[in-house]
Amino acid sequence: MDIILQRDLFIAFFRSGILGYGGGPSTIPLVHKEVVERFGWMNDQEFADVLALGNALPGPIATKMAGYIGYKVGGWVGLINSLIATVLPTVLLMVGLIGLLSSFRESRVVAGMTAAVAPVVGVMLFVLTMQFLKQSKKGIGLAVTVVLSIVSLAAYQFLGIHPAIVIGILIVYGLTVRPRREKEGAAS
Amino acid sequence: MIYWELFLAFFIPGIVGYGGGPASIPLIQTEVVNRYGWVTVEEFGELLAIGNALPGPIATKMAGYIGYEVGGVLGASVALFATIAPSLIIMIFLLGILYKFKDSPRVKRMTGLIKPTIAILLGVLAFEFFDTSVFSSGWAQTIFLIVISYLLLEKWKVHPALVIAGALLYGGLFLGHGAV
Repeated sequence: MDIILQRDLFIAFFRSGILGYGGGPSTIPLVHKEVVERFGWMNDQEFADVLALGNALPGPIATKMAGYIGYKVGGWVGLINSLIATVLPTVLLMVGLIGLLSSFRESRVVAGMTAAVAPVVGVMLFVLTMQFLKQSKKGIGLAVTVVLSIVSLAAYQFLGIHPAIVIGILIVYGLTVRPRREKEGAAS
Repeated sequence: MIYWELFLAFFIPGIVGYGGGPASIPLIQTEVVNRYGWVTVEEFGELLAIGNALPGPIATKMAGYIGYEVGGVLGASVALFATIAPSLIIMIFLLGILYKFKDSPRVKRMTGLIKPTIAILLGVLAFEFFDTSVFSSGWAQTIFLIVISYLLLEKWKVHPALVIAGALLYGGLFLGHGAV
């Protein structure tokens, strides 16, 4: 077992969990920062796959990211370690300080603190959005990216179709319909 | 048996709750308030408010706390396991298959095709956070915080931990009084 690696995993997910205000989704850009940019355990493509599958499956997203990345980087120990780092600190805070916290709940200072983090998380998510669009343009071209973006946005925002369904359709389409290059290869 | 009930109470919201932890909150409420009666509606609302004031994923905070109240440390472990494990196991299994065939042109194209959808998903999420902020702090504060945090994070490359700590400080000092 690589102690240094396990320590880094713990630090990465502890930091993402303890800085993520606004539930699991707010930890996405923080996890990206740690896992892709700081420690380089994954590239953007792999991270996008994790997000895609994580979103297509039910249940909390933060623990799916932590568990999977921990497993991929550090095996079963890494999985447990990353989950503990994500979940335990805030659960302990909640259980241990519930009395104190329920008096804080009315506090305007605490409400103000939480409110100020929302736009910061928004900015981080927005930056990640632009990054993914740029990479997508590089990978599948501008035209396909624009079309798929508009279709996804329309389905999600205006038709109320859950993104899991859009992702599911794209996965099935991608895996079953033959890519053009493969077809040409088979013909020649 | 209490542990089995705890397992079911958190397993079901975890497995049918699409859209991450926050989406499973009403489902958790149905189980722990209506079906098992472990907490009242008022207590649940109170717990949710406290949970939201703390960082980190919300579903696991609720599961950990309610599990602990109902069945001690073992209860908390069971509730957390039921929340986390099912979807994580499926995820590891599916990604394992995906990476076995990662050089196949179909898998390559598929992972390329889902990127715009993921981008849109993150973009929508970003705007939801902006929206929340406009609702709680108003337009002026929201735009100010967006511009400042963008410059700090992207232009001056300040670590997110420091930017978030700065935001917490700013919010505690300036947003706590006037905000409704």
